[in-house]
Amino acid sequence: MPNKTTVTAEPGKQELFIIREFDAPRELVFRAYTDPDLYVQWVGPNDLTMTIDKWDCREGGSYRFTHERDGHKFAFFGVNHEVLAPERLISTFEFDGLPERGHVILGTTKFEDLGGGRSRIVHQSVFQSVQDRDGMVQSGMERGVTEGYDKLDSLLESMNSNAQPA
Amino acid sequence: MDTFTALAEPTRRTILERLSANGNMSATDIYRGFKASPPAISQHLKVLREAKLVRVEKRAQQRIYYINPEPMKELERWIKQFAAVKEREFQRLDKLLEKMKLDAANAPMLPFEEK
Repeated sequence: MPNKTTVTAEPGKQELFIIREFDAPRELVFRAYTDPDLYVQWVGPNDLTMTIDKWDCREGGSYRFTHERDGHKFAFFGVNHEVLAPERLISTFEFDGLPERGHVILGTTKFEDLGGGRSRIVHQSVFQSVQDRDGMVQSGMERGVTEGYDKLDSLLESMNSNAQPA
Repeated sequence: MDTFTALAEPTRRTILERLSANGNMSATDIYRGFKASPPAISQHLKVLREAKLVRVEKRAQQRIYYINPEPMKELERWIKQFAAVKEREFQRLDKLLEKMKLDAANAPMLPFEEK
């Protein structure tokens, strides 16, 4: 059965959950989240070039990375609050492109061992306001649409049913 | 005011929860459930009407409020699309993890293997 991403965002609340299972032990998933050389390989949209400007994956260490498309740059930055391999990662996250500073997101990712070489991540993002959260969800949609992935659902379905690598 | 701003206010969420539990309510019944003055609640109802989160029917002297589910569906659609974008990211991670598993399986063998 294919692994599927679950996103939960209750109306009127400031939090968002992302849950996903992987056919790999949590040690590997944790590494893919914390090793910059691995991180650039999977995070962000396909058509954007991702550059890591700073990456200090220790408690109190900070990070900054930039996505670039057609000369437009989108930077994100934050501080790692807790780095507990291979089970928990807590950090702040801010988009450096908003009209005002201070819209910080507190992210907690738990890496759960499911046994049999499988694992699950449970990510919680806590936003400063409902508007911040919904804006983020909407920009996710916009990104999907601008990339031409508006028919993504059906595409993913056919990919899953074929179960063949693209 | 958009759906999300309208939903962000606790009194308005309480109104929606009560409407959802009761099916429909008269304006008078809604006022009765709050300590705030009827004009204050009336303002909230106005916001909810403008955000199309509720609709109202006039029945004799009464104004009857109903939940309008459409804007809620819009949020659900956004969440679904957001999940799809995340899913694409995670599918890249799936592939990377497969590669990492192979590397991890091969690496300890290297000192003992001769090709």
